[in-house]
Amino acid sequence: MTIVRSAVAGTLESSDALVSIAPSRQLEVHVESVVMKQFGDAIEASVRQVLRELSVTGAQIRVQDRGALDCTIRARVETAVLRGGEEKPS
Amino acid sequence: MIRSMLFIPGNSPSMLQNADIHRADALILDLEDAVSPDQKDAARVLVRRAVQALGFAGCKLIVRINPVDTAYCEEDIRAMVPLKPHMIMPTKVGCPETVQAVSAMVGEAEAASGIPRGAVGLIPLIETCEGIENALAIARADPRVKALFLGAEDLTSDMRAKRTKAGQEIGYSRAKIVSCARAAGVEVYDTPFTDVNDEEGIEADTALAKSMGFTGKASISPRHVPVINRLFSPTPEEIEYAWEVLDIIEEARRQGKGAISLRGKMIDKPIVDRARFVLQMAKMLGGEGV
Repeated sequence: MTIVRSAVAGTLESSDALVSIAPSRQLEVHVESVVMKQFGDAIEASVRQVLRELSVTGAQIRVQDRGALDCTIRARVETAVLRGGEEKPS
Repeated sequence: MIRSMLFIPGNSPSMLQNADIHRADALILDLEDAVSPDQKDAARVLVRRAVQALGFAGCKLIVRINPVDTAYCEEDIRAMVPLKPHMIMPTKVGCPETVQAVSAMVGEAEAASGIPRGAVGLIPLIETCEGIENALAIARADPRVKALFLGAEDLTSDMRAKRTKAGQEIGYSRAKIVSCARAAGVEVYDTPFTDVNDEEGIEADTALAKSMGFTGKASISPRHVPVINRLFSPTPEEIEYAWEVLDIIEEARRQGKGAISLRGKMIDKPIVDRARFVLQMAKMLGGEGV
């Protein structure tokens, strides 16, 4: 999946996360969280795993977490990628 | 067995993550009215990931999908069927052909995801005058149909009737949908009571639904779930009476009597069937002494 346009998914409501994505040559992941000290590394690892699953190798990603569960963060990242991406030609 | 069904908006992480703590027998994960058109894609992804991660053990899963005449319907089915929900709820079902069209799409999605054909059932949402009048044909439209569900808000709008708490305006529709579901041998579920703060109202509305023959009732509020579960469960008096019925029937058989009475009332086959059903239901609910 190639990120070809900016896109967002999710909200800033409690238990959710707002994920913004933009085209970039390299992968840049930026996480802000109300539980950054405890879960910042785990959130970033989840984001990178979803990006790998979707074959995204270049993108700027910003995650503003409001105490979301791991499955919610993964869902919002996936949605942002699908909204901002196009399938790579095979 | 399903007594209570709780609606959960498909794009609400806070409600999804706590969905199974309210003791509802089933969750209706809603991709339709609770999700705005520009968030349908996000809701599908969130529901899929939430079900895969959280499991919702102890709750049967139902997914309310968008109407078959929208672009969302097919995508909903493709995304949800691999999760093996107990049932898919097609919306605005007015005729049997709609059920058959959804069933065909579900069948394709089952085959694509390696799920046994027929594993996913259907619970058509009947919420138009056309749907009420075609309820029997809808219930018999396809072997996947396991239940019918009455949606009173859209129905009363279609009827040009005022929706009231007492519900006289949907009396005919309630009776008709119960009769059609029972004729087709499927379960039938009542519309939610929408005033979440009216505790007497939910009690009365649920008691009415049970007395009319509904299998259970849906809810838009977790606060209504305990009332629905309680009223749709057999009471200790009903269980005791059911045992008395079976005992007296056994006694009649021993004595070679063709007819027998209990508490001044003749005990015939419908009463025995009802007693057996009450005891079976109590046993499924883990009732003691059953």
